[in-house]
Amino acid sequence: MATTMLKALNQSLRDALTEDEKVVLLGEDIGTLGGVFRVTDGLKKEFGEHRVVDTPLAESGIVGTAIGLAYRGYRPVVEIQFDGFTYPAFDQLVSQLAKLHYRSRGRVKMPVTVRIPYGGGIGSPEHHSESPEAYFAHTAGLRVFAPSSVQDAYTMLRQAIASDDPVIYFEPKRRYHEKAEVELATPENDSSPKAKVLRAGDDVTVVGYGPTTYTLMDAAQAAEDEGVSLEVIDLRSLDPLDIDTVAESVKRTGKLVVVHEASRTSGLGAEICAQITETCFDYLEHAPLRVTGFDVPYPPSRLESHHLPDLDRVMHAVDTVMRHHEATEGAAK
Amino acid sequence: MLIVSTKHIDVAAECIPTHQLLNVAGERVPDRELDHYVAKLTESDLADFLRDMVVLRRLDNEATALQRQGELGLWAPLLGQEAAQIGSVRATRDSDFIFPSYREHGVAWARGVKAEDLLSVWRGAQSSGWNPNEVNIACQQIVIGAQTLHAAGYGMGIKFDGTDDVAITYFGDGATSQGDVSEAMVFAASYQAPVLFFCQNNQWAISEPVALQSRTQIADRAQGFGLKTWRVDGNDILAVYAATQAALAHCRNGLGPTFIEAVTYRMGSHTTADDPTRYRKPDELEQWKAKDPIDRLVKYLHVIGADVQSYEQRAQNAADELAAQLRAAITAMPDPAVDELFDNVYSEAHEPSVRAREGYLGYLAEFEGEGH
Ligand SMILES: Cc1ncc(C[n+]2csc(CCOP(=O)(O)OP(=O)(O)O)c2C)c(N)n1
Ligand SMILES: [Mg+2]
Repeated sequence: MATTMLKALNQSLRDALTEDEKVVLLGEDIGTLGGVFRVTDGLKKEFGEHRVVDTPLAESGIVGTAIGLAYRGYRPVVEIQFDGFTYPAFDQLVSQLAKLHYRSRGRVKMPVTVRIPYGGGIGSPEHHSESPEAYFAHTAGLRVFAPSSVQDAYTMLRQAIASDDPVIYFEPKRRYHEKAEVELATPENDSSPKAKVLRAGDDVTVVGYGPTTYTLMDAAQAAEDEGVSLEVIDLRSLDPLDIDTVAESVKRTGKLVVVHEASRTSGLGAEICAQITETCFDYLEHAPLRVTGFDVPYPPSRLESHHLPDLDRVMHAVDTVMRHHEATEGAAK
Repeated sequence: MLIVSTKHIDVAAECIPTHQLLNVAGERVPDRELDHYVAKLTESDLADFLRDMVVLRRLDNEATALQRQGELGLWAPLLGQEAAQIGSVRATRDSDFIFPSYREHGVAWARGVKAEDLLSVWRGAQSSGWNPNEVNIACQQIVIGAQTLHAAGYGMGIKFDGTDDVAITYFGDGATSQGDVSEAMVFAASYQAPVLFFCQNNQWAISEPVALQSRTQIADRAQGFGLKTWRVDGNDILAVYAATQAALAHCRNGLGPTFIEAVTYRMGSHTTADDPTRYRKPDELEQWKAKDPIDRLVKYLHVIGADVQSYEQRAQNAADELAAQLRAAITAMPDPAVDELFDNVYSEAHEPSVRAREGYLGYLAEFEGEGH
């Protein structure tokens, strides 16, 4: 049956709670209300208030106590209400959660999942549209997942919860109402998901994750109409990065465009372009390009359509790498 | 596992009492400590309070309507909290600096912020609706509790400068759980800074009842930080006004920081995106309607034999005028220009920003050339 991403996430949490009694959910308004997006709808009723816990209004407190619960043998799944409210918990995430396994020389496991609805495009006030993934990908010790499809929202959350490492789980909130068929399969293992080729193509490799993959699929369609074939890759995991899948593609296409909503400077795009330049230098026909949010605080919502990478900006980058290609091909003939 | 019960909690016997100057019937109740702060209020002052609250309620309703019609992205109603906001802000003087949260529309409006400027933020046209330096109000704060530390710092500055202004910060019951709020009280107390912490305990933080945040009265907790503290009926504008006067006098006299817990109720939804029927019972709202802050003052005006009808009429006219003018201004409000995306990220030259702006404007210009 086709279901929404919200319902798929809800089912994923339900299945995790059912299978492992050590799984507990913590967050603001996640119990009685079912979360402001209703991801945890009905779960408190079903599993009780000791499994689905409405917490006081304090993000550092939520993540810090999740760490304590993990010490005690629990497998906490934390909800941060909106991306911009992750920062009050920054110390607990970066200095504690990320480092405890290393600090304890592997004796302390931190199987904590931190779910963060992230990204813009929903017309919200400040602090409700951020894309803070680079901070966490930059921090050793954290895995960072960013599902884009309804199926991945289900499966990757199961993987995140099953992982003995802390996982920051970025949910593309503006795609919460996307619908698709979902298979409720248990993930085979607890390792990180690999990048996925969403659409095969020969001319340009376009890479994205989370909310932007939908834009990339639209771009692939638009490009096809112009006779250009895009290979669309959904990264799925931002740490670890499955750079091999991207490199394999770039070796065939010779051209790379990376897309994300987050600001440009020191973002994920910079890392991907650097790694591809290092591994595929001889294959590149054009410098890898980035299409990203600008280096500005997330703007008031009536400006956000300019800030977010859209079809036109992605196509512009594709045209740029293609034009160069055509020019050099032409010169060779 | 220990679970926080959300049922009513019996508080310790020696908790701070709740001041009330007007009971629910609108009768004046004597209060030895606070009486003299309202002694000088004239009937005309009371009529002004009434007008402020009626206009504010109308502003709030109009904003909710504008949101429903797609003119605003979101709105956080203050319905029910009019006395807490008007009573407190009317006790301040213009040189006092205020650090509000996102719900203090009444505070900003009473300080002279235009209603359409206030709403422009909720429309998504700009990130702050006023110039803080013009109205002595910081940008409204959405990150819960963050502004309380700014108030503590501002208060330290007042103290270092040796003037008798006060920094006032507004926040909710839910905010009291944030570490920032505790740290703000620690700093203010440590430096004996002139800071008034004004907590509107409206009983709810979205779907979470206040009992989830605090097992004692919030006022009792503040006292534990060493702050001179009052707890007042927040729907009683006289009590709020008097307690705020008392707290400000304490701060101005160099006696250190103060705290007011105004016990009130959020009669509307948390925001226009919220559905309170999912987490609270209708009879609770009915109980609080009986304590409505505007009704309370109207009853008192009747008790003292004022010409209530003419005062109400005057307030209604002012409300109608504001609503019409606000609606016209909002529906005509242009979207911000693209340039504004890049403005003011830095105050000094920043080469990469300049390049990004030029790059994007150049890109847009290419489209114009193509007849897009
Ligand atoms: C740091 C942070 N976490 C979460 C939120 C989301 N949020 C917005 S308002 C709110 C409840 C605030 O309750 P309270 O402090 O009582 O103020 P009220 O809304 O009742 O005026 C929450 C959780 C936020 N804005 N900031
Ligand atoms: Mg509240």
